[in-house]
Amino acid sequence: MALILTEEQSMLRESVRGFLADNGPVSHLRQLRDARDATGFSRDLWSRFAEMGLTGLLVPESFGGSGLGNVEAGVVMEEIGRNLTPSPFLATALLAASALIKGGSADQQSAHLPRIAAGKLLAALAVDEGPKHRPYAIELSAKRQGNGFVLDGAKGMVIDGHTADLLIVAARTSGSPGEKSGITLFLVDPKAKGIEIERTIMVDAHNAARMTFNSVTVDADAVLGDLDDGGDLLDDILNVGRAAVASELVGIGEEAFGRTVAYLKERKQFGKIIGGFQALQHRAAHLYGELEVTRSAVLKALQVLDADPAKAGPFVAIAKARAGKSSTLAVQEAVQMHGGMGMTDAFDIGLFMKRARVGQELFGDTNFHAAQLAALKKY
Amino acid sequence: MSDLEAFRRDTRAWLDANCPQEMRAPLKNEEDRCWGGRKWKFESPAQKLWLERMVAKGWTVPEWPKAYGGGGLSREEAKILRAEMRSLGCRSPLDSFGIWMLGPALLKYGSEEQKRHYLPQITRGEIRWCQGYSEPNAGSDLASLQTKAEDKGDHFLVNGQKIWTSYADHADWIFCLVRTDFAAKKHEGISFILFDMESPGVTTKPITLISGKSPFCETFFDNVKVPKSQLVGTLNKGWDIAKYLLTHERDMIGGMGDSGVSRPLGQIAANALGTTPSGELADPMLRADIAEFEIDEAAFRFTMERAGDMMKAGQGNPAFSSVLKYYGTELNKRRHELLMSAGGMEALEWESERSQQGARARNWLRTKANSIEGGTSEVQLNIVSKRILNLPDA
Repeated sequence: MALILTEEQSMLRESVRGFLADNGPVSHLRQLRDARDATGFSRDLWSRFAEMGLTGLLVPESFGGSGLGNVEAGVVMEEIGRNLTPSPFLATALLAASALIKGGSADQQSAHLPRIAAGKLLAALAVDEGPKHRPYAIELSAKRQGNGFVLDGAKGMVIDGHTADLLIVAARTSGSPGEKSGITLFLVDPKAKGIEIERTIMVDAHNAARMTFNSVTVDADAVLGDLDDGGDLLDDILNVGRAAVASELVGIGEEAFGRTVAYLKERKQFGKIIGGFQALQHRAAHLYGELEVTRSAVLKALQVLDADPAKAGPFVAIAKARAGKSSTLAVQEAVQMHGGMGMTDAFDIGLFMKRARVGQELFGDTNFHAAQLAALKKY
Repeated sequence: MSDLEAFRRDTRAWLDANCPQEMRAPLKNEEDRCWGGRKWKFESPAQKLWLERMVAKGWTVPEWPKAYGGGGLSREEAKILRAEMRSLGCRSPLDSFGIWMLGPALLKYGSEEQKRHYLPQITRGEIRWCQGYSEPNAGSDLASLQTKAEDKGDHFLVNGQKIWTSYADHADWIFCLVRTDFAAKKHEGISFILFDMESPGVTTKPITLISGKSPFCETFFDNVKVPKSQLVGTLNKGWDIAKYLLTHERDMIGGMGDSGVSRPLGQIAANALGTTPSGELADPMLRADIAEFEIDEAAFRFTMERAGDMMKAGQGNPAFSSVLKYYGTELNKRRHELLMSAGGMEALEWESERSQQGARARNWLRTKANSIEGGTSEVQLNIVSKRILNLPDA
């Protein structure tokens, strides 16, 4: 398979690019932030996503979706990154949809997937509990009680947690924190008794929440996938999310870079366009190469996720590690090369730096994925 | 089964049946490469056999037309061939400046007669080529070269000096940039000619490098007669060919960052330094550095694949070869720094059988030229700034 977008994928990119530039540009995020909007995204915009078939992008056509793959998801995420558009696309259309597609029973799928595709159900994935992404370090317990389970514990950094109609919660049903075995995923109603949700206002003005679960009871049919053996399913879902966030970071890095190169061509000092100074040219050229190399790694990971998900682990690790590193470099160089302007809130470039910081951390930073790769390669 | 799957199956079977076991061991050092040429002495019967078998298939240059000794494969088929060679650990049957640099230039700029004469010799490894580009006062500023070729009716008379002519002392022929018009602007009076290194008036002298080796030479031309039929392309338009060929040279040197069949760095370090009970490299900082390197190395390999696919699809920018050259050579230098670190004091030996005559240290030092030869890293960044980012001149 050629390591470039197909004609259809390029067409999707063009249509999403135009759509988000018109409807979800950076000023849209700024408005929501400044208004301290209670939802954190625009429900109107989300229904436009539904009209374009994006809410059900991964959902099979038999459930009313578009039945597309990770490459297409990455195309959309990259444009979201360029525009810093807040939306439930990552949490609902990618994470929750892939959880149900990969792990859901026929009943669970038919209950939720058509509503996700229609843009009528919002969902959130609750995994991490500590300051760093450690997907197996799950302490939140799910103990058997009667015909069901009781959940106790806490989660953090739940994307779209405070707006979700459905939670997918990774819980420990056996074993110890740090072990891959003994993890089970549950579908939980966020309105269930005993759940407290605190929306956390984050640096990037995107949605996240902390949650506590105090003796929350769920039925046995709330289990998503296999009891005690949810580790592989969790990995599969997270890999979809990692590659998606890597794509978003590609968009963020390239947009920040593009705006910076444009600034280098207009800003004058010492009577000259500063883009003529070799000290800046070489840094810009180096950054261009870093971003291109990352783009290749991310597209490769997306293609492998579609072609052979079982083999995707190292490819996703490479892509997310690269995306975290090169987008960080891009936003740092962007702020520095914009000089004092880059430090002002009125200028957009700082918003890219903030979102890139979150993207770096989300689902494993560069160090996490480098350590993953070393372990996979047995050294 | 699709055609490509059938091709993969047949290719794998053919390689498995025809690649001698000795040619599936990783290269121990640069001397293990097969360069061919009139003076070539095969290091083993297996090396000779492997070359002959691959030549017969046209697979020393899988994507060149069959008419010129190539394999006539599509890009997808050639990808499969490379992947299968990689997975079986097959060495390259023939490394050659003729294949990597001159051939592509001849395919684009050569006359039909020149193509039919030179290309099959290149594919069979019969003629070893060297490159006459740099001069003592024309390095990064290559177009200021002064070696002159005067028109003497049926031939050119060449006088001047080249430097950094790789393997000129082993080469049979040279492809050479010469000035044919001294009145024109520096880029517009250059021509591209080919001649035999045994021509009267050619002398060459190896230069000893910090590695103790002499891959580069100084080459002198004293009234060398070159028949006019050996001019490639148009007189005084050689700079276009030079630039085109340089993009291929950059791909070649950049490609060294893709270590191909050599052993993964993490494994080499784990064998040398040991692992903790949980299986992690005993030196945690080196482990982190190696992991970061291997991520970049893989991402670079995907980038070469993507760049090729983009060119094929007509979406490429020729200046992208400067990105590949810059990135690939910096990567190769990092690789060898890490190899030295993984070897520790064992890697510092300069002589002895045990160290294969200091191979690791010498190879490490050799890589320092990667970011100088074929245009320095700084020149590549200038090219990216101007031709891709369209930043203004200083």
